[in-house]
Amino acid sequence: MADAIAGDAGNTDVIQGTLDMLILKTLSLEPLHGFGIARRIEQISRGVFKVNPGSLLVALQRLERAGWLDAEWRDSPNSRRARYYKLTRTGRRQLDVETADWKRRAGAVARLLATDS
Amino acid sequence: MSVIRHLRSGLSALLHGEQSDRDVDDEVRHFLEQSTAAHQARGLSPDQARRAATLELGNVTVVRERVRSSGWEHLLEAAAADARYAIRRLRTNPAFTFAAVLTLALGIGASTTVFSAISPILIEPLPFPRADRLVTIDDRTDAGTAMPPTLGTYYELQARNHSFDALAAADAWRPSLTSNVDPEQLHGQRVTASYFGVLGVSPIVGRGFTADEDRPGGPNVVVLGDGLWRRRFGGDRSIVGHVVQLDGDDYTVVGIMPPTFANVVAPSAELWSPMRERATGEFDSRAWGHHYQIIGRLAPTATIASASSEIAQIGRVGDAAYPRPPWAKFERGLLVRSMKEEVTSAVRPALYAIIGAVLLLLGIAAVNVTNLLLARGAQRRPELAMRIALGAGGGRLVRQMLTESLVLAACGGVFGLAIADVGVRLFVAWSPPGLPRADAIGLDWRVFAFALALTAIIGVAVGLVPALTALHTDAAGSLQHGTRRSTSGRVAGRSALVVAEVSLALVLLVSAGLLVRSVRRLVSVPPGFDPSNVVTMQVVLAGHAFHSDTARLRSWNQIIDAVRQVPGVVSVGTTSQLPLSGDVDGYGYEWQSLPTTTGGNDGSALRYAVSPGYFAAMRIPLRAGRLIDATDRPGAPEAILVNESLARRLFGDRNPIGERVRFGGQMGGDQWDYVVGVVADVRQYSLAVPAPDAFYVATGQWAWVDNVATLVARTSGDAAAAVPSIKRAVWSVDATAPIQRIATMDSFIAASAGQRRLALAAIETFALAALLLAAVGLYGVISGGVTERLREIGIRTALGATPGEILRQVVGRGVALTILGALIGLGGSAVATRLLASMLFSVSRTDPVTYAGVVGLLTAVAIAAAWLPARRAAGVDPTIALRAE
Repeated sequence: MADAIAGDAGNTDVIQGTLDMLILKTLSLEPLHGFGIARRIEQISRGVFKVNPGSLLVALQRLERAGWLDAEWRDSPNSRRARYYKLTRTGRRQLDVETADWKRRAGAVARLLATDS
Repeated sequence: MSVIRHLRSGLSALLHGEQSDRDVDDEVRHFLEQSTAAHQARGLSPDQARRAATLELGNVTVVRERVRSSGWEHLLEAAAADARYAIRRLRTNPAFTFAAVLTLALGIGASTTVFSAISPILIEPLPFPRADRLVTIDDRTDAGTAMPPTLGTYYELQARNHSFDALAAADAWRPSLTSNVDPEQLHGQRVTASYFGVLGVSPIVGRGFTADEDRPGGPNVVVLGDGLWRRRFGGDRSIVGHVVQLDGDDYTVVGIMPPTFANVVAPSAELWSPMRERATGEFDSRAWGHHYQIIGRLAPTATIASASSEIAQIGRVGDAAYPRPPWAKFERGLLVRSMKEEVTSAVRPALYAIIGAVLLLLGIAAVNVTNLLLARGAQRRPELAMRIALGAGGGRLVRQMLTESLVLAACGGVFGLAIADVGVRLFVAWSPPGLPRADAIGLDWRVFAFALALTAIIGVAVGLVPALTALHTDAAGSLQHGTRRSTSGRVAGRSALVVAEVSLALVLLVSAGLLVRSVRRLVSVPPGFDPSNVVTMQVVLAGHAFHSDTARLRSWNQIIDAVRQVPGVVSVGTTSQLPLSGDVDGYGYEWQSLPTTTGGNDGSALRYAVSPGYFAAMRIPLRAGRLIDATDRPGAPEAILVNESLARRLFGDRNPIGERVRFGGQMGGDQWDYVVGVVADVRQYSLAVPAPDAFYVATGQWAWVDNVATLVARTSGDAAAAVPSIKRAVWSVDATAPIQRIATMDSFIAASAGQRRLALAAIETFALAALLLAAVGLYGVISGGVTERLREIGIRTALGATPGEILRQVVGRGVALTILGALIGLGGSAVATRLLASMLFSVSRTDPVTYAGVVGLLTAVAIAAAWLPARRAAGVDPTIALRAE
């Protein structure tokens, strides 16, 4: 049971400031609802990142208001209506910007670590 | 783009609040279900899966709140919810709410009243274009005080100055309107052609005066004020170009002034005609009398200082083309003052004192409400502790408590405006006659803006301390102990507030006390005459029938004879100027036995042209020689009476009887008048101003016989009751004579203390309110202290303390707080009474009687306020008090 809750030992929270980018990236493949996004991020990161549901829902509302996501209510397969999010065109541009920025920073961090060792 | 989206979705969330709440709800629930399903798919039982999902998600309510509160609309919603919550809470405690709202309404209402009263006088510019460039120019007495200048001075300045765009002169003019049915004497001004131009206001219909009209022998033309035009001519524009009859002469109306024209330098004037006078070397003429007003508009490059020094230069270096008589030499320059400053200077000290007083009252009100909120905060500690324990954020609680005080302040503001509405009317009613811009006092948008700003500031101010105190509530401690222990810190804080309140109240009470004593001393100053049972009225001999001195003298004598026959009239006389009435008529003098440079002769020696009966009617005592009598008629040697202070100053112990003197236009001539007597000093300007030099001459022996004089009648009974028969007697001689300014001497005495009375009425009201608020504050703190210490009191009673001891202890605490506040207030008074210094009259700022009285009063009030709670404390039953724990 402990396993089921905590996941494996490598499990961490999403890196500060990257949640928006991860959401945008996830939605660039296909529209999803909140839980779908959370699960997809966990799956693709192979369980390294664990999304806090509260943060996720707040972020979704923020991104929608920023115009990067569109949301619509659909009937999900198991009856209750679900809110599906999809990337807008400006959202896609924003993803490019954030991806480029992330790569720049990650590269810098990698170089710093390389010189250290 | 994204801003608009934020706005739109925020607004839609606001508008469809329930829908939007349900959406968030659904989304969270859906998340939970999906998560549960996922766990189940990994092999957990439905129950375990649900628990696991819930643990992951955290508190569902918290998540929902987080999502909801992430948008901007949440702030609005929270504010509205806070306001609703605050109103609900206030309604559950009507006594507290009533006390707080009433206190705030008092403070805000008083401040708003004062603001609306002072705004047109002290804050707003005068109602003229570029009013800051307008100045008044006055002659100065030897004492440096202002004195009306002569027309000669005006013409010389006008020709020789470079500091002004334009100068204008004006003279009071009291024509009688004789063309309509009701004869009426009007207030007007004779003005130079430049007058309206200097003020920057033109007639709304017709035109002003031309230079050609303003010359000796110029045509009879007149400009009407809006009020007169509407009152007497039905607001008919076609009156322009037509003729009206003034003093029996035809005057052509050339213009009508706009309704907005507020002539601040002569507020009562409502018609104008050209000056049509020149000042020549003939000094024995009106033009060289000190009775004009000079106003000017500064040139763009000039300042008041530069204009003053230029005028001083002009005064020092005379010009042969502009001869000056000895009484209008202005060798030490003239007084150039900003028109606004000049107009408001008399009332300024009173207004500053009132502003100070109302700020103190506002401070007391704010402290009192803070105190009430704190007391309530103490009662609410368990509730607040519970909310903090349940996860309410500190900021959230502070915001909510501030909302509560803002709601209180808003209610106070609404009632405060209602109080201000009444207060403004009272202020205008109390205001002394001649209060500048009194017509402009009222509630307008400025006042509303002021009240709104004040309300908001007060709301935050009174809420801040209690809110921050609440924030420091130790949740665990408060929950555990309830409200009855560890209260000493809070009580100390509230006691400090009460001490502050008492000290502010003391400053107000001391100010009120000093003013009361000043006014009492002032009205008991011997005025030099006996004001009881004396009625006065100004009578005007108007029209062609009175163009000769002989005709006027005959009429005055006939009027005096007729009035003497009125039943109840004991004695009657006339005078050219009446003490304390605002009349001013001064002249220069020279003495045969004294050098012409004798000091103190600045042209301000008051001339009273009187009938023999005047001294008996006023009961002015004779000090030496004889009074003026019936033998002092035209042609006889001219007899002069001087007042005591003039005689003493110029002649010391020497007897001035028989000294030769001449005045005004006679100076430098070949005739002398003789001093025949010395009479007591009479206060002319005000009770507070010692008698200036004065001389009396018989009506018929002066260079001219005045056509306006004041009839003074002493009656055996109620003076005012004799007015109708006295008027009939006057009209039996001249049926068209306008009679005005009917007043008893007692009323002039009362009016003489007018400025002080205004300040006194306001400060007294504020001081009483302050006393009341301080008493309520004190009661609240003592009473709260007793409630919080019931247990301690119970223990002490159980240990043998008698009710008397408990009573003494509680009352003693109230008195101790009061004494402490009074001591601090004494320091404050030392500073505050400096503001009052110019309003005080023969009372020291540190008058011990006032201070002792005020401290005594405060102590008595403190004992009264502490009495009820003390009785309650003394009656505590120890078993109940201890069980209540």
